[in-house]
This record gives sequence, C-alpha cells and structure tokens, in this order.
Amino acid sequence: MAEVRAEMVANVWKVVVKEGDTVSDGDTLVILESMKMEIPVLAEDDGVVAQLKVAEGDVIQEGDLIAVIE
Amino acid sequence: MLTETLGSVLIANRGEIARRIIRTVKRLGLRAIAVHSEADADLPFVREADEAVLIGPANPAQSYLDVAKVLEAARATGARAIHPGYGFLAENAAFARAVIDAGMVWIGPAPEAIDKMGDKINARNLMEAAGVPVAAGTREPVTDLSLALKAAENIGYPVMVKTAGGGGGIGMSVAHDDDGLQKAYEQAARAAARFSGDALDGPAVLLERYIERARHVEVQILGLPGGRVVALGERDCSVQRRHQKVVEESPSPGISPELRERMLAAAVRVGEAVGYLGAGTVECLVDADKQDFVFLEMNTRLQVEHPVTELVTGLDLVELQLRVAAGESPEVRAEPSGHAIEFRVYAEDPKRFFPGPGTITAWDEPSGDGVRVDSGYVAGNTVTPFYDPLMAKLCVYGSDRAEALELGRKAVAEFTVEGPKNNLPFCAELLENAEFTTGDYDTGLVARMRARTA
Repeated sequence: MAEVRAEMVANVWKVVVKEGDTVSDGDTLVILESMKMEIPVLAEDDGVVAQLKVAEGDVIQEGDLIAVIE
Repeated sequence: MLTETLGSVLIANRGEIARRIIRTVKRLGLRAIAVHSEADADLPFVREADEAVLIGPANPAQSYLDVAKVLEAARATGARAIHPGYGFLAENAAFARAVIDAGMVWIGPAPEAIDKMGDKINARNLMEAAGVPVAAGTREPVTDLSLALKAAENIGYPVMVKTAGGGGGIGMSVAHDDDGLQKAYEQAARAAARFSGDALDGPAVLLERYIERARHVEVQILGLPGGRVVALGERDCSVQRRHQKVVEESPSPGISPELRERMLAAAVRVGEAVGYLGAGTVECLVDADKQDFVFLEMNTRLQVEHPVTELVTGLDLVELQLRVAAGESPEVRAEPSGHAIEFRVYAEDPKRFFPGPGTITAWDEPSGDGVRVDSGYVAGNTVTPFYDPLMAKLCVYGSDRAEALELGRKAVAEFTVEGPKNNLPFCAELLENAEFTTGDYDTGLVARMRARTA
C-alpha cells in the first residue's frame, strides 16, 4: 500500500483516475495547480486506486493525502 | 498638468507591481486606487493606495481578470485612468477598449497595437514585412495535432511550441521529435484554453525553429505622441527556468556594440510599424556565436524587469507611461551607464523550482547604495497558491558588471525570507557560477546547473 501526499499547497485542477482504476508506476493520478504551474502527481507503484481523497477544485495543504494505491 | 488630465489612477493589478505603480502615482500628486481579491486584503499595495476596492474572491477569473468588476470599481471611485501593470488584463485589447469607451484614460498602447502584437503569428508576419528578421516558423495558426506534425516536418526539429495568444512562458515547450511534439502541442493547447482570457476560437498554437544556444535579449521602447519611437537600451533575460525569466541584466554582456545598434534600430522599426504609444518591449533571440538575432514577440505593456532599465537610464518608466498617456511628449534622452542586475525572488524551492507558497514569518530586505527592492509582501503576509510566485525583485546597480555582481552577492546574502520556500539560495549559487560571472551564458544555463547537481 502506498500513500500519495501533496508536496505543496495547491488547487486540484484535474482528477485523472477514479477509485478502482488500475494504475502503473508513473501514471498521472491528479494534476495540481499552484502559482500558475501544473504539477502532475504520479503513481510511484503499480496497483489499484483504493482511495481517492481529492476532487477537482479542492485546495489542499502540504502533506494532505491525495490517494492510496494498493 | 497630470493632476488635471489623470487625477486619479486605478491600478488593475496586485503584489509588487501594484505597489511600484502606486509609488510613482502618488509621487506625481495623483490619487492611487487599488483593487484586490479577498486573498490579497492584507498585502502592502492595498494599504499603500489612497483607496482600495475589494473586487472578488481569490480566483483571478472572478477578480483581477473580471473586466466588469474592475470597471465598476473605477466608476465607483471616480478613477480617470487605469494602469494595468503586467499580466492579468494588461494585454487584453477588449479591456483597453472598454476603458476608453467608459471615458477613462488607458495607460498603454492603442487597443489596435495590442491586437496586432497579441497574436504572435500575426506579429511575426507583420515584423517580417517591416524588414525585421524572424525565425523559421508557422505563418497560420496551428489548430490541431496533424497540422503541428506537418509544420514540424517543414521547419525541422527541434521546434519551440507556444500559444499564439499567451505569454510569460506558460504553455511553451521544446519538441525534439513527433512524440515530443504531441505532448508539447497538448500542453500548449491546454494552456491556451486556461490562461488567456479570450481563448474563444479554440486553441491557436505556433511552432518556430528552436535555437539551441540562444540568448534572450529584449529592447525597451517608448512611443511618443506624434509617432516617434525611442529605444531605451536592452536587457539580457537569458537566465530562465521553464522558459520563465529569473535574472535580467543591462547592458547584455553577450552582444557586440554593432549588434546592439542593429537590435535597437529594429526595435524602433517594430514600434513604428504598429504606431506604438507608451512603454513596450521587443523580445529577440540572439545567436551569440553568429552575433545575429530574430524577433520573438512584442510585449505591449510595462515589463516585470523594467527596473533594470530604470537603473541604467535614471528614468522612471511608469512616470513616462503616465505622461505619454496624458498626451504629453516628455523629453527622453537615454544614455545608459553602469550595470544593473535584477534577481526575481520567487516562492519556490531553489533546486527543482516547484511552488512553495506559505506564510511569511520573517522578511528583511537589503538596502543601501546601489540596491533597490521592489517587493509585494511584508512579514505576516501569506503567499497564496492563486497567483504567480514572484515575491520581490532584488535589483543592484554598479559602475560596471563586476561591481554589480559583488553588490548582488552581498544583497542576496542580506535578504532574509522565512516561511515560504524561496530561490535566494539559487541566486547565490548563480552568482558563483563561472558561466554567469563571465557573462558567457545562454538560456540553457539553469538547466545545465541543475543537471550537474542532480
């Protein structure tokens, strides 16, 4: 199980995957936006998206949980 | 008299540039009116204006980019003129027209000039016709991937992909092959749809031949009433990350006096070709080895890095903008002397340059002879993720480049910022980098610095 957390304060611009999706290492899970920059958040393992904790338009803080990959 | 023609000036912007414009507006005896979002209520520019109007929530589309709200604030406060700063509505011709139609003075060039230059494809074609060199590239908007692939085949890889209407490096990237082009095209098309206020006709993308070891050198121009255009020297903006400027200097250490003369003359032709009024910047790419240049684009507004020009010329560009907009024809004699360098202090980590917003717990600016700081924040403010990461511009001025570099080292070391991540450590590193200190650098410098330390 791998937790994916936010590295910075950001807005969730786009959610690419949904719970139950199968993902591979390097796949984009969500795209954040901070200070006019797009920051893709990638899966760091192969697995299934067990939990997805953010929705488009959310403002998230550094360290917030974005997703859990199992 | 400025006080009669302009009276009060609304600044349709935020942060350091709003604060810097307010300073000159007040010095000239005019009233300064700020507009701000909820997220910016505590920033110095709001406090330092004579009057401030809350125009909406943090999201720029509902505040700083909302034409109706800005105009309503202008009417409610009796503003006679609007200064757009840079970014946001500064290069929005429809906004300029709306300001003029509302009977106010637009502090910028005619909307027609903004239109002509705002579309980079049109600007390229226009410049070519005026006898200004341009890079090989597309002459029509590229509106889908298959057209992009075809264009790249004609131009030859690597190609630079950018949005026809955008600015500030957003959506720009280099493609070395068809796969790369697909990614670059999609990124540019997305950026076109999101960041330009007027992406109504679908994304228009532009491809140009990419020059591998180029310097980015731009010429400051000023168009005067009556059609005369003067060039106020150049700025070298080759220190870039993600195609966005980090450090600028004047004069450029990478061009010969002959090339400088040709570039300044071409920039004047560019301005004259569009009947340019006020402050504008003609951006060029310079092939440092061949000592040749091509026109890149024109920015029809005050530039972020304008202090560099102010330091070497002794001029106040905002004052000149205001006087020209009021119909005056100020006497401008630009004989630049000395050397100026600007460091953009960004809220970002100094290694990967990723955004690092946060609350400022300590903020202490350097000061003294040859040091100028244009900042948008003080201790206690929060740098939010809603706007660009520029917190301050640290500028130094010396009698020559060596003196400016030494002042830069001292000033960077004396600048304390705690809370948000910041790139001051990068600036310190740059000031010890041999490519930078010798002046023999190009737009690939930052990438090379990071490739070595990765």
